[in-house]
Amino acid sequence: MLLVESISKIFNEGTVNEKKALSGLSLHLAPGDFVTIVGSNGAGKSTLFNAVSGSFYVDEGSVALDGKDITFVPEHKRSRVIGRLFQDPLRGTAPHMTIEENLALAYLRTSRGKAPFSRISKKDKIFFEEKLSLLDMGLEQRMSQPVGLLSGGQRQALTLLMSTIVPPKLLLLDEHTAALDPAAAEKILTLTKDIVASNGITCMMVTHNMNQALSMGNRTIMMADGKIVLDISGEERKGMTVDGLLERFKDNAGHALDNDRILLSTQTGKEH
Amino acid sequence: MVFVIQTALELGFMYALVSMALFLSYRVLDIADLTTDGAFVLGMAVSVSLAAAGHPFLAIPAAMAAGALAGFVTAFLQTKMGVPSILAGIVTNTGLYTVNLMAMGWSSNVNLLKQETIFSLFKKTGIGGGWYELVLAAVITIAAGAFLIWFLGTRLGLSIRATGDNRDMVRASSINPIFTVTVGLCIANAFTALSGAVVGQLQKSADINGGTGIVVIGLACLIIGETVIGRGSVRRGVLAVLAGSVIYRFIYAVVLKTKVVPIECLKLVTAVIVALAIAMPTLKAYGALRKRRWAASRKKGGQ
Repeated sequence: MLLVESISKIFNEGTVNEKKALSGLSLHLAPGDFVTIVGSNGAGKSTLFNAVSGSFYVDEGSVALDGKDITFVPEHKRSRVIGRLFQDPLRGTAPHMTIEENLALAYLRTSRGKAPFSRISKKDKIFFEEKLSLLDMGLEQRMSQPVGLLSGGQRQALTLLMSTIVPPKLLLLDEHTAALDPAAAEKILTLTKDIVASNGITCMMVTHNMNQALSMGNRTIMMADGKIVLDISGEERKGMTVDGLLERFKDNAGHALDNDRILLSTQTGKEH
Repeated sequence: MVFVIQTALELGFMYALVSMALFLSYRVLDIADLTTDGAFVLGMAVSVSLAAAGHPFLAIPAAMAAGALAGFVTAFLQTKMGVPSILAGIVTNTGLYTVNLMAMGWSSNVNLLKQETIFSLFKKTGIGGGWYELVLAAVITIAAGAFLIWFLGTRLGLSIRATGDNRDMVRASSINPIFTVTVGLCIANAFTALSGAVVGQLQKSADINGGTGIVVIGLACLIIGETVIGRGSVRRGVLAVLAGSVIYRFIYAVVLKTKVVPIECLKLVTAVIVALAIAMPTLKAYGALRKRRWAASRKKGGQ
C-alpha cells in the first residue's frame, strides 16, 4: 500500500540551524491499516506526513503508493489519492466560500479534467446534502452559508468530509482533534472511525493522547529524532498499557518521551 | 447637467472593467497586480492601431488577447520564477512601455481621424439615439460582468476563488495553484485591456501615458462600490464595482464642472481616498485602543 523507503530530510543544510528532520526512515503500510503515531516534540511526525503528502521532496529515499513511485509527484497531484487533516481547523476550508462551494471543490478530485466550466448541479447538491446529514450537525440546512461562520468543530467535520468525499487511498490525520473542545473532539473522532471503517481507508493518525494511540487503529508507531523507534501491532499491542509503552520508548530511544502535551494528558488521565 | 450624467455614466461603465479586473486579482485572488496601468495602455494601443488599420471589431478581441498575454507574463514571473507578486507586476508594467510604443508604431500617440470605430459603426444602427455611446459601453461592460459572475461559479472559477481564500486547501483539493493564479491574472488583464480598447476607440486616440494611475482609480472605484453596496458574493462584488465606478466618474465630472477641487489635484485626492479607505480597519482598531487606554487611565486615576 504505502512504501516509504529510507527517506531523509535535512532542513537548512550547512547553516547553524541545520536540522535532520528525518533520517533514513522506512515504513510499510498494508491496505486497511490504521496506524496511530506518537512521539517527542520535533520527532518528525509532521515532517513524515509532509514527505508522504508531497509538501516537499525528500533528500534521499523513495515514497511509493499502491505500487506507484510518487517520490517526485507534486503535492496537488498526490492529493487526488491522499487526504490530509491538520490540527488547525481553519486550514482545510475556504472561509469566504459557502459550504456547498467548498464541497464542490473537494469533489473536483473525481471530475478530473472533464468540464472545468460545469457548475454545481442539482444532483451534486442532493449528494452533498446526503453526505452532510451524516455528520449530524445540521450543516445540510446551511449549504449556502460561508464556511467562516462555522465553529472549529464544524469546520473540522466539514474538512473530514471534504477529504473523504472521494475516498482517498491514504488519509493523514495530524492531531486533527487537538485544537477542539472535548465534546467536539469526541464527535470528530467518532466520525473519523466511522468514515475510515466504512470506506476501508488506509489511515495514519498523529496523536498526543497515549490512550487514544492504543485504543484506535490496529498498529502504533513511536517516533524519536526522525526515526521510528517502536512499531507494535497484533497481540503485543493488545496487551500494552500506557506505562508499558513509555517504558519501551525509553529503552529504544535512549531517552524518556519529552512531549509536554503527552505527559500532561497521561497525568490528567483518560481524557477523550 | 444631462451632459454631466451622460459622461459620468459612459466613463463609469467603460472604466468599471478595470475595477472588475482588480476585483478579480485583488479581492478574489488576493494578489496586488500592478500590471494594470500597462495593460490598459496596451489594450488602448492595440485597439486604436487596429482601428486605424480598418479593423475596429477585430481590435477588441486582439486587445483582450494582448492583455491576457501581459497577465500571463506577470503570472509566470510570480508563480514559476519566484518574483514577489507586486514586483512581478511592476516589472511587466515597465516592459510594457516599450511594447506599447511598438504597438503604436513607435510613436507616443495614435489618433483616429476618419476611420470607423465600434462607436461610429454602432451609431449608424440608430440604437440609443444620442445616447448611443453610453448604450454600447453599457452593453460591453454588462456582458463582461455577466461573464465574470458566470465564470466564477464554474468549477474552474471556484478553484480560482479558493486559491485566494485558502491556498493550502486548494492543493489538498488536487488543484494546481500555479494554474489558477495564471488563469485569473490572464482574465483580469484581458478585462483591463478591454477597458483600454473601448476607451481608446471612444476617444479616437491612444496615448502612451493614458494609463498612469489607473490602478489607483480602479481601486478607488472598487472601494467606493463596496462601501455603498457591501461585500459578500461575487454577484454583489461585480455590482459594487459598477456602482463604484459610476459614482467615482460622477464625482469627477462634478469636480470638473464646479472646480471645487483644482483638476490638477484630482490624482492626489484619489490617492488619499484610496489610502484612507484601505487603512480604515487599522485606523479603527487604533482608535479603539486609544479609547480603551484613556478609559483605563481615568479609572486608575479615580481610585
